[in-house]
Amino acid sequence: MTKLRLIRLLHSVSLAALGALLLAGAPGTGAAADAVGEIRIGFLSQTPEPPPSVANPDEPAADDGLAGATLAIADNNTTGKFLKQSFLLDSVEVPPDGDAAAALRDLAGRGDRFIVVDAPGATVEALSKLPEARNLLLLNATAPDDALRGSACAANLVHVAPSRAMLADALGQYLVKKRWPRWFLVTGRRPEDKLYADAVRRASKRFGAQIVAEKNWTAESDVNRTAESEIPIFTQAKAYDVLVVADEVGEFGDYLSYRTADPRPVAGTQGLVPTVWHRTHEQWGAAQLQSRFKASAKRPMTARDHNDWTAVRVVGEAAARARTADPDRLIAFIQSPDFTMSAFRGAPLSLRPWDGQLRQPVLLAADRSLVSVSPQEGFLHPRTELDSLGYDQPETLCKTQGKTTP
Amino acid sequence: MTAARITGISFAALIAATLASAASAQTVYVSNEKDNTLSVIDGKTMAVTDTIKVGKRPRGITLSRDGTQLFICASDDHTVQVFDLASKTVVHNLPSGEDPEQFALSPDGKSLIIANEDSNIVTVVDVPTRKVAFQVDVGVEPEGMDVSPDGRWGVNTSETTSMVHWIDMEKRAVVDNTLVGPRPRYAQFTKDGSQLWVSSEIGGTVSIIDTATRQVKKVVDFHIKGVAKDRIQPVGVKLTDDGRYAFVALGPANHVAVVDAKTFEVKDYLLVGRRVWHLALTPDQKMLYTTNGVSGDVSVIDVDSLKVTKTVKVGRYPWGVAVKG
Repeated sequence: MTKLRLIRLLHSVSLAALGALLLAGAPGTGAAADAVGEIRIGFLSQTPEPPPSVANPDEPAADDGLAGATLAIADNNTTGKFLKQSFLLDSVEVPPDGDAAAALRDLAGRGDRFIVVDAPGATVEALSKLPEARNLLLLNATAPDDALRGSACAANLVHVAPSRAMLADALGQYLVKKRWPRWFLVTGRRPEDKLYADAVRRASKRFGAQIVAEKNWTAESDVNRTAESEIPIFTQAKAYDVLVVADEVGEFGDYLSYRTADPRPVAGTQGLVPTVWHRTHEQWGAAQLQSRFKASAKRPMTARDHNDWTAVRVVGEAAARARTADPDRLIAFIQSPDFTMSAFRGAPLSLRPWDGQLRQPVLLAADRSLVSVSPQEGFLHPRTELDSLGYDQPETLCKTQGKTTP
Repeated sequence: MTAARITGISFAALIAATLASAASAQTVYVSNEKDNTLSVIDGKTMAVTDTIKVGKRPRGITLSRDGTQLFICASDDHTVQVFDLASKTVVHNLPSGEDPEQFALSPDGKSLIIANEDSNIVTVVDVPTRKVAFQVDVGVEPEGMDVSPDGRWGVNTSETTSMVHWIDMEKRAVVDNTLVGPRPRYAQFTKDGSQLWVSSEIGGTVSIIDTATRQVKKVVDFHIKGVAKDRIQPVGVKLTDDGRYAFVALGPANHVAVVDAKTFEVKDYLLVGRRVWHLALTPDQKMLYTTNGVSGDVSVIDVDSLKVTKTVKVGRYPWGVAVKG
């Protein structure tokens, strides 16, 4: 049922370099003379089948996501060779209807204590509750569900991807800063679209914007053929500044721009999009990661690649900082306030202790240009401006707050 | 009494005039990363006297020891250009390896050690023969470079690995590594070579490393009222030869920190242009120039009074700066 792939980059590529460096000696690193510490990271991915109606002009690459994790393993090993640490990625791809629990048990059976989960929220939640996952650290790389960080939070679960609330807040701050506070919210048919719309509503309340009109997209017809006649009628609404669309699978959102009744910009899941990564992003050293990724994957880095890269780098950065390959110590360190890492978006990333969410800046990107980076200036927070995005400590619905991983 | 004061004043004016005439010979070179140009500033009038087209994405720049040539990292041309200051032309290219970003010249002026950011290596070029002497593997995204005053050590910082790699220039190998704060951007030895100062952009700190033991002996932290901690991102570091000050460019915090180089206390924060990255002292150590990427200008700091005296508009994204005496 599950397809297994083993990536042993270290063994093939870096052993020679490692040997040379060991001979040269590394006394300054404090790594002492003990054997090379091996850190195994499981990579469990599950890609939902796209709905048949979607005509996606940008077919995702077969290694979307995995390519990011693979590059991060190479990055971890480049650093690891100076610290006598080596990193292995055990990759398992679970089909949309496959048994993710069996895949997780299989990875745990190989001694993987860190599992990067690149799967829908329901899979992430189910895996986090398995008895076999109790002493693992699951790194939720892509699921944006706020419930995973709230009512369904778990002590063995950290969230690398920003939540929908963080994405909506990142967009909301920018729209408010631009003085475009009147939003026309258009929501798609799927449950995740409703969740995205909820996050947009929450953002409007937090930052003093208003949802002046709301409509649900229910059309069953092929939007590609009917958009020009249907959308001008559908988008007739009272005066608004921005059309905010919630259409996560991309069923109709791309057809809104240039067809609205009033000349208004589109933002949300299409148009101006809050995201962790974009091919035009080059600040804060991002240009280096972009070219490194392009050299290894032969294509630009996607947001999914970047999330998986970050998840694997969390483990690598912790191992370098804590100078240990011991999984228990690493898990504790990642969840401690001492853990920070750089991810090419300016401010350092760190973990929110109340819900296990990685704090991070969020990019706002159009198709071919990076428009802005949130948090926006002026949205202050006593701890870090990054905590102006998403659920802050007093609002969290996570009950395991303060509990440590066994 | 009055006469004495007048004499005093005119004497001061005379000194100032002398200093100004000494400074008149100074020329400041600034690389504009997004314009592919070099701005030339007259150190006396503080006016841009020339803007010269150079290679693609010019970043690190440094003067040859005799002061007649400027080495320019033309990152997207994958070369180091050798620019003749008198004729204002590129006379030849050095084989730098891919994507050169920063470099350092050995004290004898013969070796240029270059960070190849995209390929995780450091390339050492023999300047007279224009040939690659050797290459060594370092961590992910090598950036900051320096050579110890005695020529024994070449050092490189790797941004994603967050280490200082110590290259024994005679053995031509990395023989030691020092872990520092996240994203180390710049390294500079003290004049006596006993310490290495390293900035960490994401860590928000500067580490002072003892050269003899290669251990971090002090970490300097920065706090500016009204500026969020995560906007304090140290990049360029310049130490005065007299061991008095270390100047640290704090990136998007738009300030240069003045650190007492003996006590490691931060004495002051000077407001400069936006996204301040690299710094250069004049050879007489009286002025400090800063490159402010986002505002596209250069701030001029008077070292004695610790005041920003002038802002000079240059090209887009000024990156490196060098001053010829």
